[in-house]
Amino acid sequence: MSVGLEVENLNMNFGGIVVARDINFDLRPGDRKALIGPNGAGKTTFANLLTGILTPSSGTIRLDGQDIGHLKESRRVKAGVAKTFQITTLFKRMSVRENIRLPVLERRGESRNWFGRADANAEVEDEIDTLLTQFNLQPSAEVQVQDLAYGQQRLVEMALTLALKPRILILDEPSAGVPSSDSHVVTEAIERLPEDLSVLIIEHDMKLVFKVANTIVVLVDGAILTEGTPAEISKDQQVRDLYLGARHGR
Amino acid sequence: MTKSISTSRVGNNAAMGLALDVLLISAGIAAYFLFPDNLGFLTRVLIMIIMVLSLDLVLGYAGIATLGHAALFGTGAYAAGLFAVYISGDPLLGLGVGAAAGGVIAFFSGLILMRAHGLTLLMLSIAVAQVLQEIVNKERPVTGGSDGLQGIDMDPVLGIFAFDFFGRTGYWYALIVLFVVFFFLKIVVASPFGLAARGIQESAPRMRAIGTPVYWRLVGIYTLAGAVAGIAGALSAQVTELVSLDALGFTLSAEALIMLILGGLGRLYGAFFGTIIFMTVHHTAASIDPFNWLFVIGALVLLVVYFVPEGLLGLPEKLRKHLRWGG
Repeated sequence: MSVGLEVENLNMNFGGIVVARDINFDLRPGDRKALIGPNGAGKTTFANLLTGILTPSSGTIRLDGQDIGHLKESRRVKAGVAKTFQITTLFKRMSVRENIRLPVLERRGESRNWFGRADANAEVEDEIDTLLTQFNLQPSAEVQVQDLAYGQQRLVEMALTLALKPRILILDEPSAGVPSSDSHVVTEAIERLPEDLSVLIIEHDMKLVFKVANTIVVLVDGAILTEGTPAEISKDQQVRDLYLGARHGR
Repeated sequence: MTKSISTSRVGNNAAMGLALDVLLISAGIAAYFLFPDNLGFLTRVLIMIIMVLSLDLVLGYAGIATLGHAALFGTGAYAAGLFAVYISGDPLLGLGVGAAAGGVIAFFSGLILMRAHGLTLLMLSIAVAQVLQEIVNKERPVTGGSDGLQGIDMDPVLGIFAFDFFGRTGYWYALIVLFVVFFFLKIVVASPFGLAARGIQESAPRMRAIGTPVYWRLVGIYTLAGAVAGIAGALSAQVTELVSLDALGFTLSAEALIMLILGGLGRLYGAFFGTIIFMTVHHTAASIDPFNWLFVIGALVLLVVYFVPEGLLGLPEKLRKHLRWGG
């Protein structure tokens, strides 16, 4: 039976600066968890520890009971943990279609092939079309990513990551840089994600967080302050004082 | 709708590519008849195009900045030369040995080089070539040292076509090898492997985030480029029947880079145009003024980098845009 992601006593420090303190965390299949906290709380660091960009000082990270803490980033992706970036790091001079083709080919183990055209596999192209449709990117399929509006680039970022068919999807500030008038596009895209996918959303936009998350984890100074449903968190006086304050209900 | 646009664009690109291929092959054949007294020079151009194609794979597609590509060329040249002197004069076997030697040295040096980036990578790539050059220089009894490797005597190609004084066989041999390499590389850059190489150049962190082992992929690309540069080196050794220390020299690496920048990176065809123009200007300017010909090359590079940073291959697109704005 699938148990998802489990983190136990995770610690990380850069010299004398502690950025993750004794974090215990889990993400079950189908979860929609949000990680919130003030700037510098260690949210992105925590995400980077989960994906293997950073190596923890101590603690364990397990996926479906298997220790993945020692795996490199690329191996962890293959194990099923994928992340979008806070600042988009797309292949800007490639078309949207090519951007999505890369992870599909990588996931299928075909990106090492020296022969045969990259765009000649009908199954791969169908999969790309499905993702383009899911994220309403079909009209821009052949457009170079650098020519897209930033909001659309965020959608490409999500489509590209979803092309890896992850079991754990970490969305690092998916609405960052998107005009508030367009943030509903990102919210709708998250709502359309597969139901059995475990999603961790790191986000400052509380409107988005309270709309899509079923659990909220509050991180302060590298440690988990509290965890609860959106209703519980919005009533928590400590969270309101430390972080939500004026943000929620703005 | 999108699919039909995409298909027609792919079709247009394929048609343009085919037209360019036919043009290049025709030019290669025509040059033999138009310049029968310059076959030696033309053969050097063909060999250099292979070297620049290899550099394009590394720099233009994968974004590996190197100033030590001569290490791979020179290794192929010395390996094929030594093979011809001590083991067999068969040209095709020699080409294989050159390719293998270039690939092996690229693999082992790549294990170190591909961990570095930017200036460190540039410096290390130069260092590898310099170390190899010094080793060859010191091993005089085997390599000929600063006198160069001599005594290379090639058998006829396929046992039929003997290398001749006027360089006719050498020219056809180099031309055929060039187009075999070129069409092979065209297949590779259009493959999933080629797309992944472009992905690494565009965003290595993103490639890691989609599960690509970036380091090993770079080592793979560098090894392939090493084999191609090794073929160029082997051809040079076989056609000229001499290998000198210059085959591992910094000048060769730098000139190859200038040729690629002139022609345009990341499109393979740039290697043809950049090399032909560089070597023709070099040949002509040096014969007019042997002391100041570098000024002409320098001015040419400045003009291209300033006005067409995409290289000469970007010129038609630049003109088209200019005319559209003007009109």
